[in-house]
Amino acid sequence: MATNTPLKPNLFNPFTEEHEMFRKSVRAFVENELNPYVDEWEEAGIAPLHDIFKKMGQLGFLGLHYPSEYGGSDADIWFTVILNEELGRCGAAGIPMAVGVQTGMATPALAKYGSEELKQKYLKPALLGDMVCAIAVTEPDAGSDVASIRTRAVRDGDHYVINGSKMYITNGTQADWICLLARTSDGNDYRGMSLIVVPTDTEGFIVSKKLKKLGNLSSDTAVLTFENMRVPVSNRIGDEGKGFYYQMEQFQIERLVGAIGGTAGAEKAVRDTIRYTQERHAFGKPLIANQWIQFKLGELLTEIEAQKRLNYYCASLIEANAPSNEVTRIASMCKLKVGRLMRQVADTCLQFYGGMGYMEETPISRYFRDSRLTSIGGGADEIMLQIIAKLEGMEPR
Amino acid sequence: MHIVTFTRSTPDTTAKVEVNGKGEVTWGDAATVVNPWDEYSLEEAIVQAKNVGGKATVIAIGTEMHNEALKHSLAMGLDAAVRVWSDGLDVTDSLHWATAAAAAVNKVGDVGLVIFGKESVDTGTDQHIYQTARKLGWTMLSYVAKILELDAANKTIKVEKVLEGGKQVLTAKLPAVISVMKGINEPRYPSFIGIRKASKAEIPVWSLSDLGVTLPAASTQLVGYSNLPVQEVVTEIIDGATPQEKAEKLVEKLLEAKVL
Repeated sequence: MATNTPLKPNLFNPFTEEHEMFRKSVRAFVENELNPYVDEWEEAGIAPLHDIFKKMGQLGFLGLHYPSEYGGSDADIWFTVILNEELGRCGAAGIPMAVGVQTGMATPALAKYGSEELKQKYLKPALLGDMVCAIAVTEPDAGSDVASIRTRAVRDGDHYVINGSKMYITNGTQADWICLLARTSDGNDYRGMSLIVVPTDTEGFIVSKKLKKLGNLSSDTAVLTFENMRVPVSNRIGDEGKGFYYQMEQFQIERLVGAIGGTAGAEKAVRDTIRYTQERHAFGKPLIANQWIQFKLGELLTEIEAQKRLNYYCASLIEANAPSNEVTRIASMCKLKVGRLMRQVADTCLQFYGGMGYMEETPISRYFRDSRLTSIGGGADEIMLQIIAKLEGMEPR
Repeated sequence: MHIVTFTRSTPDTTAKVEVNGKGEVTWGDAATVVNPWDEYSLEEAIVQAKNVGGKATVIAIGTEMHNEALKHSLAMGLDAAVRVWSDGLDVTDSLHWATAAAAAVNKVGDVGLVIFGKESVDTGTDQHIYQTARKLGWTMLSYVAKILELDAANKTIKVEKVLEGGKQVLTAKLPAVISVMKGINEPRYPSFIGIRKASKAEIPVWSLSDLGVTLPAASTQLVGYSNLPVQEVVTEIIDGATPQEKAEKLVEKLLEAKVL
């Protein structure tokens, strides 16, 4: 079992005693502070992120791999791996997704390229859990095709005047600031975009709609509209025109974090199914006495174990500051594989639960709905395949 | 003033604990955890030490297995941790345990209050708590639901105790030993910074000779462990044309079995 702690960390099990102490603390937090409330949050269609993040921030859970001067902990990547593995065991995927946005999607570019003033004003409160943030890239007419975004930020003196709209924004109805990708110069390609920190109390910032979704119900998802929002130019992250590149870099952490949480959630689903099929009797014997069920669940655990090691390899590349193309290649593989694996796990496990699995009260039914997003959000499977094909040199000659 | 609390590592309460073929108690590969009752005493020690401007020390008596509970305690925020161990110390004998515990409290020095969790979840006992108070010769207040006042200057403590069907408020002179109930506080989770500090901490081990204690032969002897006999469960489905008929048959059967 994965709970064993090796004395000497290695590529196959990189966790030290200190990491495992941290795992216990996060696991207890998930079991006591999140899981008892997820049904209520799913019903409400939103979770109280300011309260949850405040608690997590005080424990140092939000800023693990960030510098301590901005509320982080200067921790190695394996603490981030553990945080996301344990959050992946949460009873509703909407909560780890909200945390993932806060720590792995809206903040990496700000930490790496933002000005000192921006980092003090927005990064530090986000990592301490005093502010909730969101990443705003997708638009009604530009999803995976990020280069086609139309939201424009036009320079007017010391300000940008921003107009446009963003779609499917996680944490969107309660964020205090968003990391916005907008076009800051003419053209229709990936050049000329910038990342801008936009406080949500800016005049002209409108939450147009809270969206209803298939799954991840405890996570609030919004359509945002910007009408002549004036945001200081100093809120831009890094250089003008480099937003697309920063965002692509930011995506790599997002993809790994998603893969780690997804793998842990898949493992939990399979192990819950093993327990259920041991208890459930049909035709005079436990369901799991059927070799078909044993073999299918065995296959899934094998895939999960392989996925876990791929995730760890990707984390080790980030920890070693490996070339970004290699990180991108492996992170894209992690993301592609975990999305497909989760779909396979959800479908197989629900089948073994039978009618009970189709009932809302059974956790596997929520998992079935929640898991489907991974192959779509944060770069669809097809985008991952495009990236892999390109990095593997598959262009026609 | 110094506040001392005790802890131990126990099998996770969800683990399947059983006796193996060699007569040893095992819990498979399940993790060990801090004795769940101790989460409250550890938290209370941190809070009360802060309130009186004192220091909180946690002690475990036993083998290296208990270092995990001590490190968890340090990660929560205890100021210091000590393990007491010597070959020949029989921790299954509560008088042995209490003798070593009392000597360790005296060695810490300037201790005004010792806080225990209500019991040990593994052995299901609490007699070692009373025996420690007796060995120290201090006041014993059990089942404390709330510390209403801890006055270091006047050396007094005022507590609310849980009684069957009610509560009792008591004041006592310090030094004292108390055992605290679940719900006295909300135990904190170890923070990242706490964990980092704890993982680097070297935990000193005090031997019985360090404590100046010579133990007599244990007054109890552990003969062996055995699993509980397996209870045979017979399932019977009660038939009947209506729910009322089924209920009547069920009641008859329960009366026959003298359950009702």
